Amino acid sequence: MIPTSHTLDPDDARNAAREVRKRRLQAFLFVVPLLVFIIFAFVAPITTMLYRSVHNPTVANLLPETLIALEDWSGEDLPDDTILIQFATDLKRMANERTSGQLADEINRALPGMSSVVKSTARNLRRVEDSAIATNGVALLLDANDRWSDPTTWRAVRDAGPIYSSSYYLTAVDMERTVSGGIAPRDTQIYKQLYTKTLKMALIITILTVLLGYPLAFFMAHAASGLANFLMVFVLLPFWTSLLVRTTAWIALLQTNGVVNSTLLALGITDQPIEMLYTQFATIIAMTHILLPFMVLPLYAVMRGIDNSFMRAAISMGSRPIGAWYRIYLPMSLPGLSAGALLVFIISVGYYITPALVGGVDGQMISNIIAFHMQQSNNWELAAALGSLLLILILVLYWLFDKFVGTSNIKLG
Amino acid sequence: MKRFPEYYTFWNIIGHYGLRVTAFLVLVFLMLPILIIMPLSFNSQPFFTFTEGMLSLDPEAYSMRWYQEIIDDSNWLLAIRNSFIVGTIAAFIATVLGTLAAVGLSSQWMPYKRLITAILLSPMIVPLIIIAAGMFFFYTQFNLVGTFTGLIIAHAALGVPFVIITVTATLSGFDRALFVAGLSLGASPVKVFWDVVIPLIRPGVISGGLFAFVTSFDEVVLVLFLAGPEQRTIPRQMFSGLREQINPTILAVATLLIVLSAALLFTLEALRRRSARIASGE
Amino acid sequence: MNKHLTLLVTLALTASPLMAQDLTVTSFGGAYGAAQREHMIDPFMAETGVNVLFEDYGGGIAEMKAQFEAGNILWDVVDIEVIDLERACAEGYLEILNHSVLPAGDDGVAAADDFIPAALANECGVGNIVWSVVFATNTDNGPGPTTMAEFFDVEAFPGNRGLRKRPQVNMEWALIADGVAHEDIYEVLATDEGQARAFAKLDTIKEDIVWYDSWSQAPVLLNDGGAAMVQSANGRIFAVIEEDGAPFEIVWDSHVYDLDVWAIMRGTENLDLSMQFIESATRTVPLSGMQDVAYGPTRRSAQALLSDEVKENLPTAHLDVGLKADGIFWADFGESLGEKFNEWLLQ
Repeated sequence: MIPTSHTLDPDDARNAAREVRKRRLQAFLFVVPLLVFIIFAFVAPITTMLYRSVHNPTVANLLPETLIALEDWSGEDLPDDTILIQFATDLKRMANERTSGQLADEINRALPGMSSVVKSTARNLRRVEDSAIATNGVALLLDANDRWSDPTTWRAVRDAGPIYSSSYYLTAVDMERTVSGGIAPRDTQIYKQLYTKTLKMALIITILTVLLGYPLAFFMAHAASGLANFLMVFVLLPFWTSLLVRTTAWIALLQTNGVVNSTLLALGITDQPIEMLYTQFATIIAMTHILLPFMVLPLYAVMRGIDNSFMRAAISMGSRPIGAWYRIYLPMSLPGLSAGALLVFIISVGYYITPALVGGVDGQMISNIIAFHMQQSNNWELAAALGSLLLILILVLYWLFDKFVGTSNIKLG
Repeated sequence: MKRFPEYYTFWNIIGHYGLRVTAFLVLVFLMLPILIIMPLSFNSQPFFTFTEGMLSLDPEAYSMRWYQEIIDDSNWLLAIRNSFIVGTIAAFIATVLGTLAAVGLSSQWMPYKRLITAILLSPMIVPLIIIAAGMFFFYTQFNLVGTFTGLIIAHAALGVPFVIITVTATLSGFDRALFVAGLSLGASPVKVFWDVVIPLIRPGVISGGLFAFVTSFDEVVLVLFLAGPEQRTIPRQMFSGLREQINPTILAVATLLIVLSAALLFTLEALRRRSARIASGE
Repeated sequence: MNKHLTLLVTLALTASPLMAQDLTVTSFGGAYGAAQREHMIDPFMAETGVNVLFEDYGGGIAEMKAQFEAGNILWDVVDIEVIDLERACAEGYLEILNHSVLPAGDDGVAAADDFIPAALANECGVGNIVWSVVFATNTDNGPGPTTMAEFFDVEAFPGNRGLRKRPQVNMEWALIADGVAHEDIYEVLATDEGQARAFAKLDTIKEDIVWYDSWSQAPVLLNDGGAAMVQSANGRIFAVIEEDGAPFEIVWDSHVYDLDVWAIMRGTENLDLSMQFIESATRTVPLSGMQDVAYGPTRRSAQALLSDEVKENLPTAHLDVGLKADGIFWADFGESLGEKFNEWLLQ
């Protein structure tokens, strides 16, 4: 840019630098409104979720003083009387504030069965005078339920205390902390299996979309342009049709009395309806249908640019079509193939709606269990931990996508 | 019979037809589910399948009752209204902010271009369930859960990447010399932007806006987590219908949505051709 | 363009406060919801002129927790199962109700005596109905099972079993089928061995189970042949027998019965109106209307309005062979058994 024959004086350099700064600022100002918006509407929520997976202040807020007192406790025997009285006082306050259920929930997570113990004890203490708790709190507590005499209960109270904890991540990989402080597999083994299953299903769906999408894209890419444009409508129309409409269609097709079964029965292929809806099969076939355009479109875009005369030349010189395709065409179509495959894989790993509607039991994926913990079991921290792991997985895949394909290659329509 | 080159062997010819048949079958697979629910929505029986009367084309077996049911059901009407309101406003916000940002991102002077592009495109990559959980936790603190404002903000964020991609694509075919020429003729940058740049990138802006609208219009996961009863949308209504009580009203709605998406598809195709024409300078 | 947008923005902004004037009542939908609409919602709207938004949900307390934590209460009145009521009330998501304002029965008996005791047992709720989880068979398939043991016998009674996908009721039924007496069920289920025993029994029919998510799917499954026998809320089956003449039969053996109550979301802006709704909906006549879906009214004065023939179809006529669902047990073990249940489903 700058003529080398001319020596720059400092003023020139300063002016040039100022000009560059001004232009950079100008460009940046165009982006600022959206950046601020996205940070508020999207980035901050994701960050909050990551934070939530390690942050749970519920117990710390409910029992601040008991927890401080428990810090010096050995963890072996019953905590001493002052601690028990402090706890009884806290419990009474919670009963009156109607927050004892929240504590019950947290303790119950570690020790199933404690929920009713905490709540009934809190109810008993509600009408007891403060002075009576101060003098007689220990007996009131220990008489209310046997489990208050068990050090395990107090360890559960203490362990639920920390505001920051990695325990949800441990649960998300089917592990737990032992009494001695080590890490061991939990009794219930569920999430690792689900991640494996999700990845397996995503892989099957990706392979199916390749098997179906490649021949179609190949045919369209080398058909006359009028025909190709016409056929494109049949790829784009499903692509543009609402996800729920397509899922509805599959329900209509696959249900016990649905179109597929009626056809099979009418043709005499089976004499009993086959169960297809609410199975893994239904999830896979419906998702393959929904994601197929994501495979066809990038493939088509790349194949359209490949000159077919290489193939023809190879075949005319006696190469078998398969061999010619494998050695010449496949490598040239690889960018489209990898773009489509990664796109389909990334989308299917995080899919929620279709498995929820047609998946039944064995068609559920990791997203569905996250929704379950958000909406049914109320274990939001675990949902956040499971979601964070899924997010990391997606980001790794996205990074691969960017490295091998490049995000700038994303095209629409 | 088609004439093949002489060097084609028997297997070459099989392959030739095999490819055609496969491509045809895949297209059938893509279209059939969508085509099949349209006639089913005129079923006079409350079933999701073809009755014998329908197969024998008995006019009695067909009816408009499920369409009538949409009109009679206040829940569906509310959902339809909400879907259009939320979709339109969310698309508007995404389009305005996204177009401005795309102009900035297309500048060669843009600092941290890669990082910022990645951030702005990320709503497209992160699974909806994660976005939904995160937004639920965060929007709660601002009392945005169960409000139109919250849902619109959420959907606008989802639509942004599409606007950026389409507008950036049109801008890349845009000749910067025109901008410079405008400036050198003494017009202010704002005026040049408004009078020169905007008309040229309009097809990209409109198709980006349409993408953003469709994204919102079709979205259900965020609605499940962020919307209250008053914000229920068409997909939300379909979702609970499919979970709770399956009846052909859903098929009638689905048919209407297919018609709508066909209309959108042709609009976008027209826009794409127009923008291709502009890019090629005709 | 601009004018339209302004219009839309105004619409969207005004839509929410305007609608906040309405009362949002949430219940379970389906035939039950239809009966509530007819006998409780519509009369209330006609009487007061208040517009009621009648919502469906699938039970559970997650949505209440979400609204409460968000500080944004979307529902006003909610129809809740007692197994959830216990927890929702203790966690402070529901208002404590003043039972003394409830009107006397139509026969003049004071509310405290007119309601069955269980209906007012929890301070957060007013009893609505006694309902029950039963199983039902399709008589088109010939004679079906008549006891819980037979329901679990796939040799003698082949065919799919439609069950709701959750541990509740299924765990109880498995133990009953395995020979545990009704009165010991929850004690056994509280132990690891008991839980293992229940899962082992469920294993014997696992291959034949069709899982569903909401009660309204049960009659559909039975109707379209997806299942030969289904678990269902008794009213859902009753409604299709009555209305469509479906060839279904309800089996009362070891049904698990429970109360549904009306409760009010804590922190609602429509507290007075909500209480007014509950008072209106739990009067004698509206409650007796629940016979449409074969649920037993919780007022004695309402029960007195029913014919003997109707009473036969209500859970209250079959309490001797039934098991009372234990809300406290499920508050304790709902989450841990839910997780184990999910693990078992995956195996």
